[in-house]
Amino acid sequence: MDVTFLLNGETVQVDAEPTQTLLDWLRVERGLCGTKEGCNEGDCGACSVLVRDDTGDKALNACILFMPQLHGKSVRTVEGISGPDGELHPVQEAMISHHGSQCGFCTPGFIASMAAGHSQGRTDHDDVLAGNLCRCTGYAPIIRAAKAAETAEVPTWLNDDLPSVSPAPYAPRNLEELATWYAANPDATLIAGATDVGLWVTKQLRDLPNIAFLNRCAELRETTIGSDDIFIGAAVTMTETLALARAHHPHWAEMIRRYGSEQVRNAATIGGNIANGSPIGDNPPALIAMGATLHLRHGNAERQMPIEDFFIAYGKQDRVPGELVTGVTIPKAAPDLRCYKISKRFDQDISAVCGCFNVTVSDGAVADARIAFGGMAGTPHRATAVETALIGQPWNSTTIAQAAAKFGDDYTPLSDMRASAAYRLKIAQNLLHRYFADRTGQATNVLEVTA
Amino acid sequence: MSVAKPLPHDAAKLHVTGAARYIDDIPTPANALHLAFGMSEIARGSYTMNLDAVRAAPGVVAVLTADDLPFANDVSPSVHDEPFLATGAVHYLGQPLFLVVADSHLNARKAARLGTVNYTEETPILTIDEALAANSRFEEGPVIWKKGDVDTALSNAPLQLRGSITMGGQEHFYLEGQAALAFPQEGGDMLVHSSTQHPTEIQHKVAEALGVPMHSVRVEVRRMGGGFGGKESQGNALAVACAVAARALGRPCKMRYDRDDDMMITGKRHDFRIDYVAGYDDTGKLSGVDFTQATRCGWAQDLSLPVADRAMLHADNAYNLPAVRITSHRLKTNTQSATAYRGFGGPQGVLGIERVMDHIASELGIDPVLVRQRNYYAAADRRVDLDPPAPQTTPYHMPVTDFILNEMTERLIETSDYKKRREAIAQWNADQPILKKGIAISPVKFGISFTLSHLNQAGALVHVYQDGSVHMNHGGTEMGQGLFQKIAQVAASRFGIDVSAVKITATDTGKVPNTSATAASSGSDLNGMAVANACDTIRDRIAACLAELHQSRTEDVLFEEGQVTVAGETMSFAQAAMTAYQNRVSLSATGFYKTPGLAWDRTKGTGTPFFYFAQGASVTEVVIDTLTGENRILRTDILHDAGASLNPALDIGQVEGGYVQGAGWLTTEELVWDDKGRLRTHAPSTYKIPACSDRPDVFNVELWDEPNPAQTIYRSKAVGEPPFMLGISAFLALSDAIGACGPNYADLQAPATAEEVLKAIHRARG
Repeated sequence: MDVTFLLNGETVQVDAEPTQTLLDWLRVERGLCGTKEGCNEGDCGACSVLVRDDTGDKALNACILFMPQLHGKSVRTVEGISGPDGELHPVQEAMISHHGSQCGFCTPGFIASMAAGHSQGRTDHDDVLAGNLCRCTGYAPIIRAAKAAETAEVPTWLNDDLPSVSPAPYAPRNLEELATWYAANPDATLIAGATDVGLWVTKQLRDLPNIAFLNRCAELRETTIGSDDIFIGAAVTMTETLALARAHHPHWAEMIRRYGSEQVRNAATIGGNIANGSPIGDNPPALIAMGATLHLRHGNAERQMPIEDFFIAYGKQDRVPGELVTGVTIPKAAPDLRCYKISKRFDQDISAVCGCFNVTVSDGAVADARIAFGGMAGTPHRATAVETALIGQPWNSTTIAQAAAKFGDDYTPLSDMRASAAYRLKIAQNLLHRYFADRTGQATNVLEVTA
Repeated sequence: MSVAKPLPHDAAKLHVTGAARYIDDIPTPANALHLAFGMSEIARGSYTMNLDAVRAAPGVVAVLTADDLPFANDVSPSVHDEPFLATGAVHYLGQPLFLVVADSHLNARKAARLGTVNYTEETPILTIDEALAANSRFEEGPVIWKKGDVDTALSNAPLQLRGSITMGGQEHFYLEGQAALAFPQEGGDMLVHSSTQHPTEIQHKVAEALGVPMHSVRVEVRRMGGGFGGKESQGNALAVACAVAARALGRPCKMRYDRDDDMMITGKRHDFRIDYVAGYDDTGKLSGVDFTQATRCGWAQDLSLPVADRAMLHADNAYNLPAVRITSHRLKTNTQSATAYRGFGGPQGVLGIERVMDHIASELGIDPVLVRQRNYYAAADRRVDLDPPAPQTTPYHMPVTDFILNEMTERLIETSDYKKRREAIAQWNADQPILKKGIAISPVKFGISFTLSHLNQAGALVHVYQDGSVHMNHGGTEMGQGLFQKIAQVAASRFGIDVSAVKITATDTGKVPNTSATAASSGSDLNGMAVANACDTIRDRIAACLAELHQSRTEDVLFEEGQVTVAGETMSFAQAAMTAYQNRVSLSATGFYKTPGLAWDRTKGTGTPFFYFAQGASVTEVVIDTLTGENRILRTDILHDAGASLNPALDIGQVEGGYVQGAGWLTTEELVWDDKGRLRTHAPSTYKIPACSDRPDVFNVELWDEPNPAQTIYRSKAVGEPPFMLGISAFLALSDAIGACGPNYADLQAPATAEEVLKAIHRARG
């Protein structure tokens, strides 16, 4: 596949295998060894690079970034974050003076993430750097460095104009083209951010012969804010979804803030998180609790369904071969929505359990309840027995205790490396108690406590 | 002087620009080959293999099995019990069975999965209890060390308690995975680049595998992307693989593990269960403790015996135990062979006694810090009395003469505002139904020296060129700790020149032979002294030359601030070097150092295994959610003893990083094996080291800047491992928070994941 992009300010044209990763290409083909492989699955950030596209500058994990995804974009590796005459970027200067590197192996990735955050004027450094692991420093000097560089100017040499490129045959430009092609190629793999499919290649070592890249398909990247609801295109990234959620659904936003990492959210799409049908994807329970509607298309045939109906069983969704998820519609407001993501680590961790609650109270009684969980069954799943136990009952702790006891009717969770079945069931119950306490103004969030 | 300055890491600029070169970044010729292991899918049993599909896979050049190895098939660092490639029996899930040599890393990885292996499974021994029941162990039986009559002490004690704590292992998660690269040389020689803490060990194992003397193998290490003990012995297999394949095929060979393979194949920190019976009085003062330590060593011995020894050697931590017995079971299991990890058993031993302190304080309902202070060793005796009292002794009968934790703890209590915060937390907890806070202080006293006494030696090679520039080499390796910069500062100080005049070079077995691993926190102690010795030799030769030329005395020649002064005349160091060269003075010297005063009998458990103790204390405040067990560190204050620091910036870096790594061990880092012996947490997606936001919000670190009474290099102290154990205060703070939930002792087990914290809350509530 012919790919054209800017690499450290210079135009490169490459005939790349469709699943060639940027990381391997940089290191093996170009001899640019500053960018490191730490895990090859997008979890450590050592391979982070600075990418500019029509939405701005961002950090991405090069290990799960396929070359065709870069068509028309600009890439800066750690070598190109320094100036052409060896001038250091302010974050590089600060990392030296604040002792932010020890073994140095994670450092190029940190530099890329810090440069991206710096370019965006970000000061939420813990979030900017949540996807970069460092085993040596304990992070304190890195954060000192990031703070020290906050007010410095963005270096002029980073100001790349995106290359003008011709449309690529492997990347449909519109939904019409895509839907037609996919209906004719139902065994194909659709790739948006590659944060999941990337691992099929780097870890499962799978060959993917038939691929379409969605990143240039304009309609899938649209959001439409209506009077009562919001349509989010399937290829809207989680970073863009986070911005949208912050404006309309702050509690969903707080969950998305901890979803993956900055690099993962910059690539991952909301459609991908739904379409892959994972029982531990974090958006589906939130979307189910909101009462979202899923949009699908097969050729020219479109259909919609309540999103919970999409997930039939583990690994099985209500999607015919060649049919694609095009987007999701959510209510514009859901003031009672709360999303609780429970994992071993707060940032960049897959949930053991993700519980989302949306209970409407009217005149002191529960008028409606939508409760959905990830990590409790083979699919993201509603807690219908619990909902039934709540609806119509007085909104008090007795009702909560009685309803919480019903989680065992809704779920038979599994034990795995993330949590035991008993713990999952127990915290599902306790999260209902948390929801009640949260709604009634009690302090329930350890992330809001200070020394 | 260059020492004591807070200079940045010597490679900081290379790090931030991506120019620092690691093994996988070394340019290789186009004909270089790439290696991957085919790994066992069962934990125990025998097998037969058909590797035709592997050999036929795209890009495969060769496939090697144990039968193809002409010389030693062993990568053990200790007792030759670790075959490089399996020989018909497998001992853990992930064990290398065959070696694929291919034209690319990806082709090697793909082919390695194509072997047809028929297994005959046996029931694996996976847990401590299974190993104890099967009497599956290293050494004949448990190792037992004693001081005093513990049974009498326990039975006479006014109060007694017993308990047990399990503590999980820990994956090193060095960001740079294991890697090696071998270049065949003429005449059968081999040049090996290895990401290793122990170049001499690599040289030794490669020489055995090639059937050549050690002089035919040269190993070079410029830097590692993290080590933490995980590259003390675990790089042997890759270096041997590269060397064997390079020799067989006559082409350069490179091997680096994919992260999942790295975690499946290599050893981790030893997990432990420590049972204890303690006798004490109503003030919390201990009269005796009986510890039983059981640890899973995995399938091969590796470094498990000294690790288990060090756990025993730290069973006292900072406390005077009048009577003590420590029983240590070193168990052989069908899991990865547990290996060195920062602290080397010390953290496990320390956690055992800290747990006892915590338990006693809970039983007595008093502030745990009081129990700790009441049991501390007596303060270092600085009086010049003619007849000082006999010092207290450790459980291994070593006098404790340099104990400073009494003063350090007092100061930390003040600077951290511990008492007021403890009261404020009690009030906060009374007001909060769902969230609870906790706070705890814990000390560390860590013995410095290799317990295998002969390892306490180091060599150096220093050249001064005629332009006054200095080329410095020593046996230590750089893994991020800043050793090279510290030693360069030492060399610069000896010559009175700026550190920029000192070239730091890669560790090279051809320059300094017979080195010890860079381990046991000993890097700057040993190599600093060896380099100082070499520098002094050259300096004294220059001084003698100048003194003769100027009719002065050698001892009156001064080396300061880049200048050399003799008989009232001042010249640059470069001029001095040129003068010495022109007068035919040798400007190259080796240096050597061995730690004085060590005498240790590990069989009896008595003697002086350590040169001195490095000490420190930390206070951690945490918050927990009683509904989910989620928890966070809110604030940490540390006072750490680095002696007269060689470089305070680098030392603080070790303290901050060590603390966070130690806290990670005891909180989010959980290794999970299934009942088949398969490690289920073998990538960062499932194994969670601390991320950025897991560090304490408030993180105050101060060095206790007092010279080491022992005669170390510029009176500094070792700082690599000791701060790791300060992370224990985070675990104890969680125990304190859980204690606020109910009347019972929390009995918190490690790691304290959210799930474990929730379980402990239920135990506390009863």
